Amino acid sequence: MPRENIARFLRLGLFPHIFCAGCGHGIAFHALIRAFDALGYNPEEVMVVSGIGCSSRIPGYINANTLHTTHGRALAFATGIKLAKPHLRVVTVMGDGDCAAIGGNHFIHAARRNIDITAIVLNNYIYGMTGGQASPTTPHGARGSTAPYGFIERQFDLCNLAVAAGAVYVARATVFHISQMESFIKKALQKRGFSFVEIISTCPTQFGRRNRLRGAVEMMEWLKNNSVPLSKAKEMSDEELEGKIVIGEFADKEMIEYTELYHSLCKAAIGEGMSK
Amino acid sequence: MGRVVFWQGNRAVAMGAIMAGVKFYAGYPITPSSEIAEILSAELPKVGGIFIQMEDEIGSIAAAIGASLAGLKSMTATSGPGFSLKQENIGFAIMAEVPVVIVDVQRGGPSTGTPTKPFQGDFMQARWGTHGGFPLVVLSPSSVKECFELTIEAFNLAERFRTPVVLLSDEVVGHMRERIELPEDSEVKIYNRKRPKASPLNYKPYEADPEDDIPPMAAYGEGYCFHVTGLVHNEYGLPTNDPKEIEALNLRLLRKFEKGKDLLVKFSSFELEDAEVVIVAFGCVARSAMGALREARKLGYKVGLFRPVILWPFPEEPLKKIASKVKAIIVPEMNPGLMVREVERVVGGRCEVHSLIRLDTEIITPEQILEKVKEVA
Repeated sequence: MPRENIARFLRLGLFPHIFCAGCGHGIAFHALIRAFDALGYNPEEVMVVSGIGCSSRIPGYINANTLHTTHGRALAFATGIKLAKPHLRVVTVMGDGDCAAIGGNHFIHAARRNIDITAIVLNNYIYGMTGGQASPTTPHGARGSTAPYGFIERQFDLCNLAVAAGAVYVARATVFHISQMESFIKKALQKRGFSFVEIISTCPTQFGRRNRLRGAVEMMEWLKNNSVPLSKAKEMSDEELEGKIVIGEFADKEMIEYTELYHSLCKAAIGEGMSK
Repeated sequence: MGRVVFWQGNRAVAMGAIMAGVKFYAGYPITPSSEIAEILSAELPKVGGIFIQMEDEIGSIAAAIGASLAGLKSMTATSGPGFSLKQENIGFAIMAEVPVVIVDVQRGGPSTGTPTKPFQGDFMQARWGTHGGFPLVVLSPSSVKECFELTIEAFNLAERFRTPVVLLSDEVVGHMRERIELPEDSEVKIYNRKRPKASPLNYKPYEADPEDDIPPMAAYGEGYCFHVTGLVHNEYGLPTNDPKEIEALNLRLLRKFEKGKDLLVKFSSFELEDAEVVIVAFGCVARSAMGALREARKLGYKVGLFRPVILWPFPEEPLKKIASKVKAIIVPEMNPGLMVREVERVVGGRCEVHSLIRLDTEIITPEQILEKVKEVA
C-alpha cells in the first residue's frame, strides 16, 4: 500500500493498472503524485487532463478532477477548463503520438499563449496502445510495426519545439533519472505559464522488442547509458550527440500568463462599458 | 415587450446566447459564421464571460466542452468545413454528456464549396456526422427572431438533456437583417443543468435520476473529484468493458431523449386544415415556401406549410398525421435531396412525396415552388 499522503491522490479501487510489465509510465505517474503531495496540493484543486494512448489512462487512476479526452486534444480541453476555473492547477498527461502528431497544433498554441498549464509528455518513442507503430519521436532507423525496414523520418525534438513555441519552462528527464524528473515536475507545476516536461519512458513491449531492448532492465540501462546532461551536450558535436538523450532544463523564464491577461482585458471591457 | 432592434441573424444568435447565460465561447474564423465570434469577442468580456479564438475548429469545441465541464454554459460556431472537423468532439460530448451548443451557419459544400452562399447540405450531417449513430438535437431557425429564440432554446435543451445541441442556421438566415422585438428578461425561460444533491464523497457522476435518466452534473473545481472519459463508462465515470454496463449506458443515452420527447417536438404549420398539398421546408427555404403558399392560395390551390423547427429528432408523428390527410407533399431544399429521404421514410406511402432541389446556391424562389404546386396539385 502506498503511503497515506500518496494514496489520497489515488483511486485505489481501480488497481491493478493496465500498464505492461516494464512500462516506465508508472514511475512518472508516481513522481507526478509525489510532486502534488510535496507542493501541498489537495485533490480538489488538481485537474489532470489527457488525450488517448497508454499515458492518457493515467488520470483515471488519480483521485482529483480528471478528464480523459479525444486523441491529441488534451491541451485544448484543458485550455477551456483553465479559463473557466483559473484556480485549478491544470496538468495534461500526453504521449508522444498524442502530443506531437495529432495534437501538435494544440501544443504549439498552448505554449504560444502561455496559459498556465503543465504539459507532461511521456515519450516512449512509439504508439504503444495501438501496437507499436512509429511516432514522430521514433528515432531515425528504429523499427516499429509500421516501419518494418526502419523509420526513415527525422525524430522530433519536443523540447526544442516547446522552447520555440514560447513555453516558459521546458525540461527533459528520463524515468531512470527519478529525482531529477520529480524536481523538474515540481518546478513546472510552480511555474506561472505554460510549462513542459518531457519524460523519456520505456516500452519494452512495443518499442524494445523491435529494437533489441527486449527487457525492462535493458531499457533502463539504455536510458542510463545514452542520457547526456544539457551542460555536457553543449560541448559535444552533432555526431557525438547522435542517438543520445539530452536531459536538463531548456527554458526557465518569466512572462505574463494568459488567464491574467484575459482578466485584465475583462476589467478594461467593463470599464469601457461603464464610461459610455 | 422590450427593445426593438434591427439585427442580423448572426447577431441575434450571439445576443440570444448572452441572454441564455453563455459564459464561454471558443471559435475559429469561418464564413459565414464569423460575426458570431466577432460579436461575442466584444460582448462576453462585459459580462464576465470568456472568449477565445482557438488554433482550429477541433480545439474550439474541445475548449468549449472543457469549460462546460468546469461549469460554464459554452458554445462554438462554425460552417460546413469546420462542422466536419467538430464531429469528433460532438461525439465526445454525446458520450460524456456535456452540454454545449454548436452553431452551424451552412454554406455550399462539399469541401470548401461556396463559402459566401447558402445551402442546406448539413441536414443529415448534423444528425449523423459523428460516429456511433447516437442521437443529438438539431434546431433550425428561419428568421432573425428565431435565431435569437432558438439559441436560447438550444442552451436550455443542452443543459436539460446534458447533450450537444446544434443550431443549424444558413447563410441567408445568418446574414439577413430583420426588425425584432426583444423579450423582457422576465419573459425568457432559462433552464440550468441539474446540480448534484449528493456530497462530494457520495457523488457518482453518471448515476442518472430515474425519472428522466439524466445524471446531475457537478463542475470541475468545486470540490467534486470525478472522472470523465470518452470511453464507455460506469456510473462512477470509470471505463468499463463489461457488456452489461456498456449496454446500460448505451440504452440510457437513447432513453433520456425518449423520456423527454415531448420537449423535442417543435414545428410551425400554416393552413393545414383544408390543405391538399403540403410544402415541408426548413431554414431559409421555408421563407420562400411561405411566399409560394400565399400565391397558391390566391390562385385557389389548397396549399399548406409544415416547417420542422426542431429538425432532429425529426417530427415523425405530426408529419404522419398530415400525410394521411393530403394528396401530396413537396420538399423543396437546397441540397442534393436530403430531407426528402426522411420525409419519404416517415410518410411511408400515405401520400405522394415530391422532391424539389436546387444546387446552384441561389435560394429556391416562391415561383419555383408554386410551379411545383401546380404540377402536383
